Amino acid sequence: MVDWLTADEWRAVALSLRVSLWAAVVGLPFGIFVAYALARWSFRGKALLNGIVHLPLILPPVVTGYLLLLTLGRTAPVGRFLDDWFGLVFAFRWTGAALAAGIMAFPLMVRAIRLAIEAVDPGLEDAARTLGAPGPVVFLTVTLPLILPGIVAGAILAFAKAMGEFGATITFVSNIPGQTQTIPSAIYSFLQVPGGDASALRLVAVSVTIAMAALLASEWLSKRIARRIGRA
Amino acid sequence: MTLEVAISHRIGAFRLEAEFRVAGGVTALFGHSGAGKSTVVNAISGLLRPDSGRIVAGGEVLYDAAKGIDVPPHRRRVGYVFQDARLFPHMTVARNLSYGAWFGRSRGAGRDRDLIVDLLGIGPLLQRQPRTLSGGEKSRVALARAILAGPRLLLMDEPLAALDAARKAEILPYLERLRDDLHLPIIYVSHSVAEVTRLATSIVLLDGGRVVASGPAEAILADPAIAPTFGQREIGTILPATVAAQEEDGLTRLATPGGPVWVPGVPDRPGAAVRLRIMAQDVMIAQTRPEGISALNVLAAEVSDIRLGDGPGALVQLNVGGSPILSRITRRSAVALGLAPGKQVHAVLKAVSVARDSVGHSVPVEGPQGGKGTNTPGFPP
Repeated sequence: MVDWLTADEWRAVALSLRVSLWAAVVGLPFGIFVAYALARWSFRGKALLNGIVHLPLILPPVVTGYLLLLTLGRTAPVGRFLDDWFGLVFAFRWTGAALAAGIMAFPLMVRAIRLAIEAVDPGLEDAARTLGAPGPVVFLTVTLPLILPGIVAGAILAFAKAMGEFGATITFVSNIPGQTQTIPSAIYSFLQVPGGDASALRLVAVSVTIAMAALLASEWLSKRIARRIGRA
Repeated sequence: MTLEVAISHRIGAFRLEAEFRVAGGVTALFGHSGAGKSTVVNAISGLLRPDSGRIVAGGEVLYDAAKGIDVPPHRRRVGYVFQDARLFPHMTVARNLSYGAWFGRSRGAGRDRDLIVDLLGIGPLLQRQPRTLSGGEKSRVALARAILAGPRLLLMDEPLAALDAARKAEILPYLERLRDDLHLPIIYVSHSVAEVTRLATSIVLLDGGRVVASGPAEAILADPAIAPTFGQREIGTILPATVAAQEEDGLTRLATPGGPVWVPGVPDRPGAAVRLRIMAQDVMIAQTRPEGISALNVLAAEVSDIRLGDGPGALVQLNVGGSPILSRITRRSAVALGLAPGKQVHAVLKAVSVARDSVGHSVPVEGPQGGKGTNTPGFPP
């Protein structure tokens, strides 16, 4: 396809993009919900939820990966249940890599969105309610548009984190070329074999490029949205 | 529409026990900071759930702790104009206005959009973003937005407090027009006596979380026992009047219950109702009708109440043709004149200011001072 990357390298790049995109996109609704709950609601167990969300940030990634393997592995009860009832298999599949990356990226995403929600004056939401808007409509028409820059930032941060995820992924879904071998696992593998340095370097270059592009895109999008919603 | 409020609520050490009932017009919820005014309006709007009590508006129970009724804010049809306007920053002025109207469209909210836009003078602002508006413009847009949602009751929480004097002067005439033209009951939270005197038809006085007085504005403002809570320099009363005639030298003759009063050109037609604001410190008392003084306005009066202050002052309530006004004099003068309830005296009004009252159609008159604003300055002695 592109001749400056070998087929194996290209597969790793494509898989990484797919895994990270899914991790960011599927994580987003959950991220927004959890961020909103943490920012605006008071409920029993809020500190516990906050702790669990942040756990992947603090735990060694290998531990997170192993915990995933223990719960969602082929023979683990939850894993078997999902396979039997929904045909969902995570272990040693790219879906598992996306799940691991998503979980590792989740705290960063929640933090970015939560900050954005906390910056929205709750008075605006109150005003919308007195104007006749039911709660969900207030969220969709007032809160959501105002936190869009935070959501974009959170999603891109999550995407970038997912691109770099290594420990949890390799523990949970191993390192199978074309199946679960993302860029970091591929670099790791190439460094294990003699003469793999060139491949590793090419992937490093790709990594740097994607990360930089993501950052620039995030900046540009946030500015654009901020202008549109009258915050600039 | 009547609004009945009987709630109690506790926030930390502060305890609110408010009970009052209002019917139409502009009700000023007056009190110093921390008196519980905002808590009351938040409870009426549904943004705050009181610990116990009951709120009924126009026969519909909005809140009843005992029966477990708590209508959510978006179904109460209670408009709320916040002190800080709270316009949606990501929408134009026009879309801010449409927001509430959309939710009330089934009952015809937003139908008078052109009228309201005109009344509040915000036509030229419609395509602007809220962040480009001045404070006064934001207030007017917030007001229009609340009205266009079609509320049955409008709450205003110190809508002018964040504005400087010039902006306040810019908004007040709009509020008077709303009161007079829309017949929308308004609860107006304020700690400004000047605003209250100018706008309120009734007053609920809050102090330390309790209603200490409530009733028609004229009566509350003229009660010598209550008036000092408004602050010595702010004590003043409202005298209802109607425009009787425009005279050739530029003065307007007003008919009041106590007799004619002349003020510089009020630009209203004969028959129009106005309210005169008479400050207690601008009223002198004479035993006999004074001769040879420059003050034009002397009304026959009867002393109806005297309240001696802690200092050297005294507040005297005078009955002029059935309407009470207050005079602030020294205790020494009160003794020297032998003032006592029932005594016939003359009230010399050194200054009178005019605000428009509940008759809608104000038309500037042709004349030397015609076309002036509706608020004329105090009349010189």
